[in-house]
Amino acid sequence: MSLGPGFGWHRYPALIAGAAVTLVLVTLAAVSLAWTPYPVTELVIARRLQGPSAAHWLGTDQFGRDVLSMLMAGSRNSIAVGFVAVGIGLTLGVALGMLAAARRGLIDEAVMRLGDFTFAFPAVLSAIMITAIAGPGAINAIIAIGIFNIPVFARLARGAALQVWSRDFILAARAAGKSTFRITLEHVLPNVAGLLVVQATIQFALAILAEASLAYLGLGTQPPNPSWGKMLNEAQTFMSRAPLLAVFPGLAIAVAVLGINLLGDGLRDLIDPKLRRARA
Amino acid sequence: MIQFCLRRLATLCVTLIAASAVVFVVMEVLPGDPAVVMLGTEAQPETLAALRKQLGLDRPAPERYVTWLAGFVTGDLGLSQTYRVPVSELIADRLAITGPLALAAIVLSTAIALPLGLFAAARHRRLGDAGVMAFGQLGLAVPNFWFGLLLVLVFSISLGWLPAGGFPGWQGGIGPAMRALILPAVALALPQAAILARVARSAILDAMAEDYVRTARAKGLTRRAALWRHVLRNAMIPIVTIMGLQFSFLLAGAIIIENVFYLPGLGRLVFQAISQRDLIVVKDIVVLLAGTVVFINFVVDLLYAVLDPRLRSFRT
Repeated sequence: MSLGPGFGWHRYPALIAGAAVTLVLVTLAAVSLAWTPYPVTELVIARRLQGPSAAHWLGTDQFGRDVLSMLMAGSRNSIAVGFVAVGIGLTLGVALGMLAAARRGLIDEAVMRLGDFTFAFPAVLSAIMITAIAGPGAINAIIAIGIFNIPVFARLARGAALQVWSRDFILAARAAGKSTFRITLEHVLPNVAGLLVVQATIQFALAILAEASLAYLGLGTQPPNPSWGKMLNEAQTFMSRAPLLAVFPGLAIAVAVLGINLLGDGLRDLIDPKLRRARA
Repeated sequence: MIQFCLRRLATLCVTLIAASAVVFVVMEVLPGDPAVVMLGTEAQPETLAALRKQLGLDRPAPERYVTWLAGFVTGDLGLSQTYRVPVSELIADRLAITGPLALAAIVLSTAIALPLGLFAAARHRRLGDAGVMAFGQLGLAVPNFWFGLLLVLVFSISLGWLPAGGFPGWQGGIGPAMRALILPAVALALPQAAILARVARSAILDAMAEDYVRTARAKGLTRRAALWRHVLRNAMIPIVTIMGLQFSFLLAGAIIIENVFYLPGLGRLVFQAISQRDLIVVKDIVVLLAGTVVFINFVVDLLYAVLDPRLRSFRT
């Protein structure tokens, strides 16, 4: 596949739209590390619950904080939680999936059954358990979301790796005396990496949604750190006076998740054009 | 078929026991002393000792686990620390809201998704199809609690048609109670319907491309007859799979939505229990919800066998 002048970007509108939204999201998060229009912890009661204006493009909240600044800082939080939670799922899940595919037998069965019952605990349920004993917080939310990601990646990696293990070049590698670990690392993993990247993108979007839900419930990121979910929770009290407060954070979540999902879809089309034809 | 059901039932029991063991270990063994978690580190030693005795913490963990599990079978889930009433009574009260809410959401989501999937498949690569696909993308991206807030903004605050939250209770009549559940059910159902419609569309398109459909059409069956007799039944397998998976998200969603609309269901109860550190209630509800997800997956497995008899032998 050539990515040169003849690549034909117009054939991948989802990829372009998704990449653009993701780029904006990452840029906003990166910029917020150094600069936001107003300090996110600055409380100015005199300017509370103002509508959008030239000074505050998206208005101010019940404490007079600038909504745009909080959304920018919130994007940082969403990206960080998504990145770590998917990282946990990807690392542990892929390791388990690879092990199951390479060893088969009892280990394979154990990994698959582990996945079966982990599905019984959606991130919210895991977070409820963890919060009940350890208290709310971003770390606990990350653990809860990460745990839910492990079986997703384990099953995907196992299924894809099993196909690779049946290929002739694996037989050749075995004949050359390579160990199971080396074959997994040098041949199996590179062949399933594309699929894992696509799934990681989708899980990243789901992690942003899960983090927002947990923060909304008060189980995730705690004040004064801004979080889109927490902003929605606080906005609910003032919905009749300042309805836009409940609109912007939700819009930010939806646009971010939509963009990352489109990026995942686009990457999948790019890696496997057959899928695109089948789904179209 | 009976052998298939028995095997699935055995898997169900093992998974339920494993799930309950995980909840028990996380909530009773890992914290060290659950009495300290419930009362806080500042609690008087004699109060802590009394609670330990009441919770049976002087007994070994495996014994406590078996007693707790046996309680689930007999309906004795212990006494809530906060409400001082049996947890089973609390759960039964709250289920009277969460149950109808989840049921309404799944019925509504299916009622919207299947016709939309059929509509999109019938208008493949046309405007209607693109619209359903876009609706599906939105369903994946819009958080249900935000959608709930938007519904409140429009239908409660702006138009004043429906209540913004709260629940009048079933004793006041079905009408007011159902009115209170309309917005929460829509908030739960619509994002799920969007995803299910996409799956239904793909499944129907896949089934329509199969040779047996072409053969049926060649034998003179109308498009509609082929669709009803052959396509839909075969397309139901992926649809039922996704519906089973969605149930887990629906339950998690119900917990969140109950908090958006201040509905006194299981979701609200579990959050009140967390803030009051009532570990007994949290533990029981988590197991109940996890058990429900496992049970629904068991039902989905049985449905596979009903829909496709070949799977009865393959999936054992």
